[in-house]
Amino acid sequence: MKPTSDTHIIEVKGLTAGYGADIILRDISFTVYPGEVFCILGGSGCGKSTLMKQMIGLYHPKAGAIIIDGDDIVTAEGRQRKNILRKIGVTYQSGALFGSMTLKENIKLPLEEFTRLPQDAMNLIASMKLKLVGLAGFGDHLPAELSGGMQKRAAIARAMALDPRILFLDEPSAGLDPITSAGLDALVLSLAKNLGITFVVVTHELPSIYAIADRVIMLDKGKIVAEGAPAELREKSDNIWVRAFFNRLSPHDQQQQQSGTP
Amino acid sequence: MQKKVTPSLIKNTAKAAPEALVSLTTTEGAPGKTLRLVLAGRLDADGTAQVWDKIEKIVAGVRGGAVELEVSGVTYCDGSGTAMLLDLRRLAEAAQSTLTIVGLHEEFGQLLAMFDLKDVQGPNVTLREHRDLPSEIGHAAARVWGDVWNLIEFVGEFWASLFYVLARPKALRWKDALHFAENTGADSLPIIILIGFLMGLITAFQSAIPLKQFGAEIFVANLLGLSMLRELGPLVTAIIMAGRSGSAFAAELGTMQVNEEINALVTMGLDPIRFLVVPRVLAAMAVMPLVVMFFNFFALIGGGVVMVSLGYPVVTYSKQVVASVTLTDLTGGLFKSVVFSHLVCGIGCLRGLQAKGGPSAVGDSATSAVVSGIILIAVFDGIFAVLFYALKI
Repeated sequence: MKPTSDTHIIEVKGLTAGYGADIILRDISFTVYPGEVFCILGGSGCGKSTLMKQMIGLYHPKAGAIIIDGDDIVTAEGRQRKNILRKIGVTYQSGALFGSMTLKENIKLPLEEFTRLPQDAMNLIASMKLKLVGLAGFGDHLPAELSGGMQKRAAIARAMALDPRILFLDEPSAGLDPITSAGLDALVLSLAKNLGITFVVVTHELPSIYAIADRVIMLDKGKIVAEGAPAELREKSDNIWVRAFFNRLSPHDQQQQQSGTP
Repeated sequence: MQKKVTPSLIKNTAKAAPEALVSLTTTEGAPGKTLRLVLAGRLDADGTAQVWDKIEKIVAGVRGGAVELEVSGVTYCDGSGTAMLLDLRRLAEAAQSTLTIVGLHEEFGQLLAMFDLKDVQGPNVTLREHRDLPSEIGHAAARVWGDVWNLIEFVGEFWASLFYVLARPKALRWKDALHFAENTGADSLPIIILIGFLMGLITAFQSAIPLKQFGAEIFVANLLGLSMLRELGPLVTAIIMAGRSGSAFAAELGTMQVNEEINALVTMGLDPIRFLVVPRVLAAMAVMPLVVMFFNFFALIGGGVVMVSLGYPVVTYSKQVVASVTLTDLTGGLFKSVVFSHLVCGIGCLRGLQAKGGPSAVGDSATSAVVSGIILIAVFDGIFAVLFYALKI
């Protein structure tokens, strides 16, 4: 879905972050519009996971603001912070389902904590979320009894328990075969299209990016080196790293191509 | 059929007297003239190992001169051979002399050409900075202080969450708490009973022997009653709990931390302390006095067995025990045990939450949970001893 309006749902302003004395992200600014699938790209160690962890409020930045639907998650505390967290859902690289609970219990957990719904209502909601991600009938399974792809789907179902407006996915296709990861991409697209959920996806899987991304930013050494639609970046970017990424070449090869040597 | 290679065979070949794989000959020129080195043979890991030190010394010894290294006799040269050639270049540069490599076969030269001296030397990045003794001590002290600070912070957060839960009992996951109560309490009874019985038996037996010289065996009952109820019961039970439950909690929470499950909780807006730590510690604190009572009871039975075998009737022994201890001895011990269980299980949870990195972090946090748990028990037992003495309990 293309941005429907100019009003952004996430705005990151001048974000600088790091651990101890190390600076990992330098002065990052970008906006995400409602209903779009927004991808954060970059090679390993470029700071994209750190950026996501800042955006979901796990770490405090050294400077800057992260406005999610009008509230700054960096300064929010107590009730205000909880309200922001209710608007977002997060799935982690490993799935991070609670191993001692069945899928249904996993999904019901945020409902139990934030709502006063009766048990049967929560059961129904849990079953609906599982159906949405194609796991109907698996509600009583433990996470360990599922394959990696199914665990990722279940994690998305849990992240959607409270009907968030924004879903953050951390490397959803990590460790999955191409077919399973294509299925996951289709799921992301259908959720974005049918439910109008905004997605922020951290990934470096090229096929995935082409399939789902409306807009991407690309990080290198803690800075944004490119921003735009993937096809646009592949054709037009003048950054050698970006072109190399989208054309699956090492920058070394690109340099050689440009200078005309084989 | 393939011949099976036994480990001992491998060992033997590795230790066999080295046959010369590489030959090195030197032709000294007049001072200031070119030094000629001729290297021939197989420059693999074994071959280079035979000449590396020797040739390094020779090249480093030429200051400001010229060295010619003739290698046309080299029949094979792999990564280690190339590394040696590169090393010689580096040494020559450091000694401000020139090194020319002559006659290197083209196929071996390709690998050498891929490396620049700069690549190998690299920028001097030291990940672990070397510290001298005083700053090492300072850093260690800061680490300990940081650890204590974390502990204080954690205790504060825990009690805040505990009061929150006590005010709103629905906020606690009672199902989890009951599960942990069973796990730390009922499931630990076999080992508690066994250790308790044996400790009572052994203590009674060891003390009965010297007391017998004075015909005072009956006072074994006093000794056992007081020492078990006041001191050993809570102490030993807490140590067993550190090994059983403290480490289990650390491993469990550590695994959750490594799997990002803790992060998942936080981003769901759930407080890990209230959600994970409070049920565990609360359950442990609730069952600990019961477990200690079992320990005490079976320790006294163990002592009773010794007394009966020494010819005292059961009723004499039990009356002597009851007469020698007061209710305060029992309740004081039980109060201590509640505090110990708080410490042991709390530190287990804290170490789990502090786990960072891969699977080894889980093991480290379990180890650290037991060690810190036992240290805390010892420290607080000392504090209690002073406190009880001052309060005349």
